[in-house]
Amino acid sequence: MAEKFDLQEREVWDGNYAASQAMRQAKVDVMAAYPITPSTPIVENYGAYVANGYIDGEFVMVESEHAAMSACVGASAAGGRVATATSSQGFALMVEVLYQASGMRLPIVLNVVNRALASPLNVRGDHADMYLGLDAGWIQFGAFNAQEAYDLALCAFKIGENHDVRLPVMVHQDGFITSHTAQNVYPLTDKVAYSFVGDIDPVDDMLDFSRPVTYGAQTEEDWHFEHKAKQHKAIIDSVPVIEEVFSEFEKISGRKYKRVESYMMEDAEVAIVALGTTVETSRVAAMKMREQGIKAGVVAPRVFRPFPFNLIREALENVKSVAVLDRSSPGGAMGALFNEISAALYTTPKRPLVTNYIYGLGGRDFAVQDAIDIYHDQKANADVGHITTDIQQFSGLRGPKLGFFQTKRS
Amino acid sequence: MQDLNLCATEKRGLHKLEAGKNLIGWDEVVQGSVLTSFEGDASSVAHLKQEERDYSHFNSYTATVASWRVKKPVFNIDVCIDCQNCWVWCPDSSIISRDKQMLGIDYDHCKGCEVCVEVCPTNPKSLLMFSEQEDLENALSQWPEKKKKEKK
Ligand code: SF4
Ligand code: SF4
Repeated sequence: MAEKFDLQEREVWDGNYAASQAMRQAKVDVMAAYPITPSTPIVENYGAYVANGYIDGEFVMVESEHAAMSACVGASAAGGRVATATSSQGFALMVEVLYQASGMRLPIVLNVVNRALASPLNVRGDHADMYLGLDAGWIQFGAFNAQEAYDLALCAFKIGENHDVRLPVMVHQDGFITSHTAQNVYPLTDKVAYSFVGDIDPVDDMLDFSRPVTYGAQTEEDWHFEHKAKQHKAIIDSVPVIEEVFSEFEKISGRKYKRVESYMMEDAEVAIVALGTTVETSRVAAMKMREQGIKAGVVAPRVFRPFPFNLIREALENVKSVAVLDRSSPGGAMGALFNEISAALYTTPKRPLVTNYIYGLGGRDFAVQDAIDIYHDQKANADVGHITTDIQQFSGLRGPKLGFFQTKRS
Repeated sequence: MQDLNLCATEKRGLHKLEAGKNLIGWDEVVQGSVLTSFEGDASSVAHLKQEERDYSHFNSYTATVASWRVKKPVFNIDVCIDCQNCWVWCPDSSIISRDKQMLGIDYDHCKGCEVCVEVCPTNPKSLLMFSEQEDLENALSQWPEKKKKEKK
């Protein structure tokens, strides 16, 4: 083994490097590797840690992302700590196996560096791939910057491998904006990080010959429904474990994570709900709105599977007008995040006005000014008490305004 | 006459699940669609014959896929030479062989793919496909004669 990895108290890492350091510190046993921009450096860095003797793991080079997730399923069923990374088309190719992993209750950690889906072909970031996996039965976290990509990756192992949970976990970060932008990151020491994550203690591992098991067996109509019901309940029931692990993480790092991150929401009148790096952009915009005397806030689901239904209600029920931002082309519907937030708000007594903004597709920049414009729309809604724009609008699109689903204006 | 029902039906636990009685609830299924193969310690199970093993009620051994079949293979012990070809090739381990003697077909797990018939080398074949509804005695009584080799 090489010398121990030298870490400073403060490092300058990009999101990919941060995620790969978490993989090293958690001592991932098996990493399936298939490169795809922008997530490639995560598996690449892990490969370098293995090659240089910093870690004793298996670096499995596979021939596609489908094979990568399949290798993860096999290795996890065998009882190892397993992780990989992917983006975009690679994520799409993995989808079939994502359902296998969650159905078999295998605690694999997948770092998803979000990127647009072709066509047209595009390596830049949006949330199209994230949206493709929302029903896959995985716990899903959103990291808004490199520090969080590191922190949440460590938490992901501890949560997924917990015996009450036993589910695979995705950690999302925005392609290029997070994955390739170097920032200050405060890592834990190897010792603290590993004692936090702990040794993996597999259940029903296939290498236990005294108790042979069949994984992913065929059950047809006899048992499929029962297994899916139990799986759904397991995801919903993972909440206390997630919260416990977050509070344990706060104790060792000082960094506090919540299932829903609220910013200046105490007295907010208008709010933006967003995911990924857009959260930080919106926070800056909200600050500027406050300077103009407009009570703006930001709500961001940190854990969007299991969906924090009640926390979203609590965070937004007293707001007058809410803009939900979806960074994925909705393909003939309202944005998925809009639908989920609206569902949560529909059952609140005051029912805030909710509109949907499609933005930033294929890496189109979402600037502070865009968020400010959205806040002004919301302020107009709040003042007159009804929606003043189309319910769904495209923000930052070239050409004439594009919007859908008008309501009758009074 | 071969005993087509010789398999360890007793041990399959089917009687417990019969007619939907005693079915377990969603909260009782093993998580991860993981099926435990045997009850208790299974370290030495490889040395036991199927009917001697303590299969768990969740093993696929206890589930039947017979409903998938539209045609079934019928086995004729009088023609069979115990070559084990069918046993080797059956993709569902549904040919029952004991001590290199063919005994018949496990109709709970046979999907009717006809591979066994295809590989049987005897003349006439010792396995032939019949309609699922065909009575076994009836099928055996219709067995073809030995085929003459055509002179070239
Ligand atoms: S028909 Fe197919 S499944 Fe049935 S016994 Fe023959 S080879 Fe096996
Ligand atoms: S292949 Fe035909 S002859 Fe050979 S054992 Fe099977 S039934 Fe008998």
